Amino acid sequence: MMDQFLYGTEAAINGLMTGVMYSLVALGFVLIFKASGIFNYAQGVMALFGALTLVGIQEGQVPFAGLINAIFGTNIQKFGWELPAVAAIILTIGVMILFAWLVERLLLKHLVNQEPIILFMATIGLAYFMEGVGDLMWGSDIKTLNLGLTQGLNETIDAATYDWFGYGFYIDNLDITAAIIAIILVVALTIFSQYSTTGRALRAVADDHQAALSVGISLRFIWVVVWAIAGFIALVAGVMWGAKSGVQFSLSLITLKALPVLMLGGFTSIPGAIIGGMIIGVGEKLFEFIVSSSWFGDFFGFTMNATENWFAYVLALIFLVFRPQGLFGDKIIERV
Amino acid sequence: MKLKKLAALAVAGAMLASPVMAELVFPSLSYRTGPYAANGTPVADGFADYMTLLNERDGGIGGVMTKVVECETGYSTEKGVECYESTKGLGALIYEPLSTGITYQLIPKATADDIPILTTGYGRTSAANGNVFSHVFNFPANYWTGASVAVNYLLSENGGSLEGKKIALVYHNSAYGKEPIRTLQALAEKHGFSLTLLPVDHPGQEQKSQWLQIRRERPDYVLMWGWGVMNQVAIQEAANIHFPMDHFIGIWWSGSENDVIPAGMAADGYKALTFHAVGTDFPVFADIQKYVVDAGLAAGDGSNVGTVLYNRGMYGAMLAAEAVKVAQRMNGVADITAGMMRDGLENLVISDETMEPIGFKGFAPNFTVSCQNHGGPGLGAVQQWHADSKTWEMVTDFIEPDMSVIQPLIDEDSAAYAAENNIAPQCN
Repeated sequence: MMDQFLYGTEAAINGLMTGVMYSLVALGFVLIFKASGIFNYAQGVMALFGALTLVGIQEGQVPFAGLINAIFGTNIQKFGWELPAVAAIILTIGVMILFAWLVERLLLKHLVNQEPIILFMATIGLAYFMEGVGDLMWGSDIKTLNLGLTQGLNETIDAATYDWFGYGFYIDNLDITAAIIAIILVVALTIFSQYSTTGRALRAVADDHQAALSVGISLRFIWVVVWAIAGFIALVAGVMWGAKSGVQFSLSLITLKALPVLMLGGFTSIPGAIIGGMIIGVGEKLFEFIVSSSWFGDFFGFTMNATENWFAYVLALIFLVFRPQGLFGDKIIERV
Repeated sequence: MKLKKLAALAVAGAMLASPVMAELVFPSLSYRTGPYAANGTPVADGFADYMTLLNERDGGIGGVMTKVVECETGYSTEKGVECYESTKGLGALIYEPLSTGITYQLIPKATADDIPILTTGYGRTSAANGNVFSHVFNFPANYWTGASVAVNYLLSENGGSLEGKKIALVYHNSAYGKEPIRTLQALAEKHGFSLTLLPVDHPGQEQKSQWLQIRRERPDYVLMWGWGVMNQVAIQEAANIHFPMDHFIGIWWSGSENDVIPAGMAADGYKALTFHAVGTDFPVFADIQKYVVDAGLAAGDGSNVGTVLYNRGMYGAMLAAEAVKVAQRMNGVADITAGMMRDGLENLVISDETMEPIGFKGFAPNFTVSCQNHGGPGLGAVQQWHADSKTWEMVTDFIEPDMSVIQPLIDEDSAAYAAENNIAPQCN
């Protein structure tokens, strides 16, 4: 029985860590929804695009090489240089800022005052467009991230828990890095929104667009800022998930993991995204651990596997019944 | 007046144009976009490049040029069916759908349309029974023979006994991933090993629970039926928990360069099954380089030549082309129909005599197709990844599956399909 308790604890801790990875994706959604009321369907593709761009820049890949070669009959692939990780990250952040500016200029500017569903549909279009552009720019092959992120068993935790309990817990070094980055992001975002002029303007826009406009806050500038920050967060999420699997087009599907987190944590709360992620992570890992165990099978006569995908949504739906706005979301008040 | 002149010129041009040339049409249901693009692209390139080679080197097949009509499926079953419907009227000779899901949908349609389907190493396993599945061919190997080959390999590694061993199957939680379960259960009963089933939901980016369970239960071997991102994540997670890579064996769809390179050196020693050779050490590759890549006619940038999935696409094209030759000989015509192509597939003989002139000798096992047996011999080999040189090496010869276990399963499943669909046996 002690063994099962230890295994369950290990599953719960890993759930917490995995939940943080989900939260990294959910954070980008929250920022944009909070500032503009847009549910950004393209957030997952932004993570893919950011990670693709980072690897492409770092490896000196010529953007649109396939297209250029097909049109002009050339055979160019690379510039011939490789950039250090820091330089590549800075340049990629620049690309994501440029992307935010283009989204505002070419898309959002033309959709001011439209219904939320119109804006949502626009982000669906944006997602498909970006996926296509990403393919044309960097190709569809799987790319390996080379940022020096360590992965695998944390030997210190393994040894320490083995000494204490006689069983070494498995905690992934990459998950620990992700947790640290998530904490830094939340603290930085909180400080930014509480203490900087732009951050306060962002909150004002989030509270009331019209009122913010009336006191001279540029809605368009704030949108660029928000999309740029969401782009940066997408880049972080793309890097952390891409480190596990290589950077490939299935990265865009990580949004599937962020949706229950948003439903549970609320669409407008940054801490909600983190805590929601952790609840989903722990919940799904513990549930999977319990229903797949032999003692569950002995008791009920059956076991279950691969429950994580659907269980996350079930858990979120249960929370929705009691708190439709999510755990930390703004209370919905409809005036009639 | 100008308009009249233009119309007259157009009519004259049409009259002077050369008569329509016969072509052998091969639709290619490819997926160069979407989450599985990294795998779909080299397969489609290999298929297209081999057909280009036939045109450039041999002037087509039997004097008739080949034409590849690509249709993008994005690995979506619905789009795959749309592609079938939109290309079958172009004179399609054969479909190689590159997806088990699409294959299942096309089996009744293609049979009704008298167009054969070739699913090398995927699709519906019991289609090996040609008596029931008249238009479906899944030679030279299928998932059930793959499962048996893996177990036979493990038997050879363990002195002929797996008694008391623990084997885990990590599989894509889909029709494809579930294919080997029945066979493995039967083999577990026969050889006395325990089988743990660990499904992974699509797309497979998160597998922590499965690998924590493997770390706890410490199976002797892990088999994998994965596809796409599931493979890369599984190999990385196996490395993370220090699972011995040479005890981790994937099916042939979990054994490409794409699957192991992201894990870097940690993937060293990982094994996978294959039903054809790896690398470029065959004369056909020199021809591909000369007539296709160097001539600027390659479907891609040429960088995929010799990779596992490129070779698989090329092998699929070669099998189709050889079946065309058989059909041309059988019917005494060069411009064959899809019905003739079906007959060609059913009378296909792959031997050293057929493989050597086309530069494929030793690339894959020899086999003979018959009316009863559309599945071939089911031979498979084991390849191992060397992370330092980034190459696969074949570490076994081609291994025979245990047909005494598989054949009854094929017979049972195909009989059920025949009863459900009122299919009369087609072979005498």
